[in-house]
Amino acid sequence: MFSKPLAAAAIGATALLAALTGCSGSGDAAGTAPGPAPSAEDIKICVYTHGDGGTFWSVVKKGAEDAASSYGVSLDYQGSTNDSSRQASTIEAGISGGCDAIAASAPDPGAITDAMQHAADEGIPTVTVNSGSDEFADLGAFTHVGQDEIVAGREAGTEFTEIGATKVLCVIHEAANSGLLDRCSGAAETFDGEVVELNADQALADLTAAEAKVRAALEADPDIDGVFAVSADVATGSVLPAIAAVGREIEVGTVDLSSDALAAISADEIAFAIDQQQYAQGHLTVELLYLAAHDAIELGGGLPMYTGPALVTTDNIDAVQASVDAGTR
Amino acid sequence: MSFLTATSNIAIDERVSRTPWYRTALRRPELGSLIGAIAVFIVFAVADTTGQFASLQGAAGWTDFAAPVGIVAIFVALLMISGEFDLSSGVIVGTSGLFAGLLVTQLSWPLWPAIIATLLLGAVIGFVNGVLVVRTALPSFVVTLGTFFVLKGANLAITKGITGTVRVSGIEQAAGFESARTIFATTIPIGGASFQISLVWWIVLTAVATILLTRTAFGNWIFASGGDAGAARNAGVPVTRTKITLFVMTSMAASLVGIMFLLRLRGMQAGQGVGQEFYYIIAAAVGGCLLTGGAGSAIGASIGALIMGFAAVGIPYALWDQDWVSTFLGVILFSAVFINVTLSRRARGGRST
Repeated sequence: MFSKPLAAAAIGATALLAALTGCSGSGDAAGTAPGPAPSAEDIKICVYTHGDGGTFWSVVKKGAEDAASSYGVSLDYQGSTNDSSRQASTIEAGISGGCDAIAASAPDPGAITDAMQHAADEGIPTVTVNSGSDEFADLGAFTHVGQDEIVAGREAGTEFTEIGATKVLCVIHEAANSGLLDRCSGAAETFDGEVVELNADQALADLTAAEAKVRAALEADPDIDGVFAVSADVATGSVLPAIAAVGREIEVGTVDLSSDALAAISADEIAFAIDQQQYAQGHLTVELLYLAAHDAIELGGGLPMYTGPALVTTDNIDAVQASVDAGTR
Repeated sequence: MSFLTATSNIAIDERVSRTPWYRTALRRPELGSLIGAIAVFIVFAVADTTGQFASLQGAAGWTDFAAPVGIVAIFVALLMISGEFDLSSGVIVGTSGLFAGLLVTQLSWPLWPAIIATLLLGAVIGFVNGVLVVRTALPSFVVTLGTFFVLKGANLAITKGITGTVRVSGIEQAAGFESARTIFATTIPIGGASFQISLVWWIVLTAVATILLTRTAFGNWIFASGGDAGAARNAGVPVTRTKITLFVMTSMAASLVGIMFLLRLRGMQAGQGVGQEFYYIIAAAVGGCLLTGGAGSAIGASIGALIMGFAAVGIPYALWDQDWVSTFLGVILFSAVFINVTLSRRARGGRST
């Protein structure tokens, strides 16, 4: 049916691919039952998150890398940028690619159910990280490492009440990110007043546009006296300039840290920052997986392990400063 | 002049000379991309630390990433050959998954009727795209960009408005979930590795699209519409009908992928699919489709999608830093298109286009 040259090319290519495939080494990569303790150099730990490589996730990655190098294991870290199907496919490819232990973040547990079950069937120990503290057991993970976004939000809500705000604007910089919405809902649970959401999608890509949106929202509603920016970069890059332009007394709280955010806390421009201590999310995850893969030790007792929330204010800022500058917090 | 040279030219008249088979092959748009794919494959097979890249297990991985891109890229390629773009094809994946998911979870529809309704929705969106492009005579880039933004906002607003969250989940409770899964989202074991059924859909659709493009009158109309719409119309080609049909086919392919994701992931996020439209266009361009229309192939688009699958699995397997993924993808894609264009130019005797 196809012309001769194309047929010849197709046959040639297929033969080449078949030869390369046939020439490959071992057959099935994924083992069945774990054997005797593998040496550290042979262990491959895989951390597959939904992250996007930004300021938050790069600290998680650094934590994971530091732990991996101190144990001498190899690390495969992949962030799927909020694409659940990509994350599911990455986990499946990781299982075939010889991961000895897998960590996955589960903002959408249904999406990775099959992949995590496959890992469990292959005898690969798994944990969930950053999101999924309610569902980790259903996914076959032995524990969860992280801080619930709802818990972070609740802490912020309490803090806003304590500093005397009455109406808080919650600025969401990634509209389809369920974790960020949870931060706002958590704040609404514990805050004494009203929490209003603002959709500032793509704020990190264009901080000036986000600033305009925040300013418009503040000018439209003079009752707002608090802003909860769920990203430190948005807090310093968009919210503070907007508040300066509007000229009212407005309290600002944020989540996660950056050097600019700390400077703003010292200067009393930002009242507090909720710190997930996400370096520990990377570091502790690799440690737990190493112990599971190397010594068959599964910690956690079936419960999640929380890495936060820690509250950073002018009171404890100095201790934190050095770590943030080093990129470990 | 002719009879002065006639005696020496009797044996070979260059007007009827045979082109060597390899030249004909190199002129085909897909061969350049095939060579690009082989080059990328070799790079990753060599850099592989796991030993699994060039195995059936690895193949299950690359086809898992490539099939959802390939299924839509095929039809985006056909559309590009006819001279039009569809920038809403990515977000339609999300719209379809969310639509089916909401029908099932909020209105308690069984899954099969929801799937039919979703494919119809895809057809309607495609029809709207097509009619708008043809009636307003605006560039399809602009029209479909508008559709993209409308749907992106709707995906988020409607999902949030109805469920209070940014995702639809819990569809496994619906009637027909298991049977729908076996058609759209199950795995096929081949030689110890589990391949997704999306691979089968991808291969079948590539074959169908290729036959459509190369063996039917409709295929001729596609090339004609892209090459010169005015001349095609004058020659009697139904350009309007062809383009609208292609928009409908592209949207329905995107709906199909949305349904597959919904069933595999047991739910859908409101942001799913946004950004994928560029990957479809890139796959088509790598596969030999000219951005100006008039030339290209469906097999080439599938090969372009396969190259992306190679990268998605090869980079983690090579333990390369994930931060460089985009850069690497850009280099691969530029190289693949460059190889494709250079080879076809040389095959044609060194003149451009």
